[in-house]
Amino acid sequence: MTAAQLVTLLAVLLVAPALPGLATRTKSLLTGRRGAPVLQLYADLAKLLRKGVVYSRTTTIVFRAAPTVLTASVLLAALLLPLDGRAPIFGFTGDLVAFAGLLGLGRFALVLAGLDTGSSFEGMGASREVTVAAFAEPALLLSFTVLVLATGSLSLGGMLGVPLAAAWSTAGPSLVLAGGSLFMLLLAENARVPIDDPATHLELTMIHEVIVLDHSGPDLALILYAGAVKFALFATLVVSVLVPLARFDPWIAMVVLLAGLALIGILVGVIEATMARLRMDRIPQFLVAASALAGFGVILLLR
Amino acid sequence: MTNFSDLLLLLVVLTDFWVLGTTRLSSVIRAAAVQGAILAALPVALHPGLSPHILGLGIGTLVVKAIVLPAFLHRAIREASVRREVEPVIGFTASLLIGAVAVALSFAIAQRLPLPESQTALLVPVALATVIVGLIVLTTRSKALTQVVGYLILENGIYVFGLSQAERVPFLVDLGVLLDVFVGVFIMGIVVFHINREFDSLSSARLTELKD
Repeated sequence: MTAAQLVTLLAVLLVAPALPGLATRTKSLLTGRRGAPVLQLYADLAKLLRKGVVYSRTTTIVFRAAPTVLTASVLLAALLLPLDGRAPIFGFTGDLVAFAGLLGLGRFALVLAGLDTGSSFEGMGASREVTVAAFAEPALLLSFTVLVLATGSLSLGGMLGVPLAAAWSTAGPSLVLAGGSLFMLLLAENARVPIDDPATHLELTMIHEVIVLDHSGPDLALILYAGAVKFALFATLVVSVLVPLARFDPWIAMVVLLAGLALIGILVGVIEATMARLRMDRIPQFLVAASALAGFGVILLLR
Repeated sequence: MTNFSDLLLLLVVLTDFWVLGTTRLSSVIRAAAVQGAILAALPVALHPGLSPHILGLGIGTLVVKAIVLPAFLHRAIREASVRREVEPVIGFTASLLIGAVAVALSFAIAQRLPLPESQTALLVPVALATVIVGLIVLTTRSKALTQVVGYLILENGIYVFGLSQAERVPFLVDLGVLLDVFVGVFIMGIVVFHINREFDSLSSARLTELKD
């Protein structure tokens, strides 16, 4: 582990809560409003951490463990990504499946907690969240397949590291397709427009938001923070596929990565300002399109 | 230059997916127009020596496929005032999946075809994929207008296939094909308009009720 790796990881974990803020602020400005400050989520987290927790009497240990499991799994997934474009802090052959699995585990814990409350709304949200996930996972793995075929490496360290920079000259179109697919996934996995609207507070239309309705205090803070880190992780994936970070010096790579994250935050805000949410039955179509993009990338490489 | 034409061919396949995945008629027509514009740039990208033949082909394609036909179709939906493809025979998600399978198949088949050397290996598979996608749109959508667009996409695929032989085909043949498409779409547009006036709907399913 080099100093640059550690500093980059800490920097990403530190700036993660600013990304949703950046998206919301962009959206507000584009729609003619002032909007909350970019650093709003830090203030929310600080406030929530000082508050007490309320547990419903129907909930069990499943509900109490969920925020911890979610945060731990997302942080572990962060260790697997090569943030400086060279090597991850912790990597092994086949860790791409572990990455997808860790994100799945976090979601599983959250969905179980939603079901544990016994509220019909949260059950509905859980069902929708799992529906989205079921369509999102093939797209994620197909995008990873493009990277594996392009670089010939079976670990995230190789797929997003030095071999990727070399693969751009031979497999450019496929990598662009994979990047596009991953960006569509970023919108779906992080409950942004056009899949879900983070600003909505009407139970019937919420997907992700509704599952965490019963969480409070530090528990909610953990969930919000894990959500922000997950956003940052997907943004990192998109940035490191489209701009091979291994081309830069480790410290410059960190700056490029952070600039890329900010850019994606702004881009998500622009999309939220210009697009409406998709109707619920159109969501699978959006994600199948993401899979088709990545699948087309795979076909191009198999030729 | 080969890389640029490869990029254009990829964009052609992406517009195929766009046509398959969209519900709005105006968006389908826009996709066909974008595809026409890409096709107009293709011969110029494939044959770097700017002969008058290639240039004429490019400009003719641009005018007919990217400007005149889309404008005509837009006019048709304005007059018929339909906006959405309401009930396709096969759903949008399913047709996207079938389209993806079609692309995979055409890449697999193109490898086994005995073909003369062409400039880029992508040309034939993209042509096949576009033809199949055109067929899917033509057969699974119920609105007469979407079917016209499907015909257009199908013809685009044949055009891409013809590009591999562009140097050898006389200019007049190219022009004749363009004129054919133009007249075909024109007649279909008029038919669409009359269907709409007769039945107050553009669904081709109702054509079975025709009686004299």
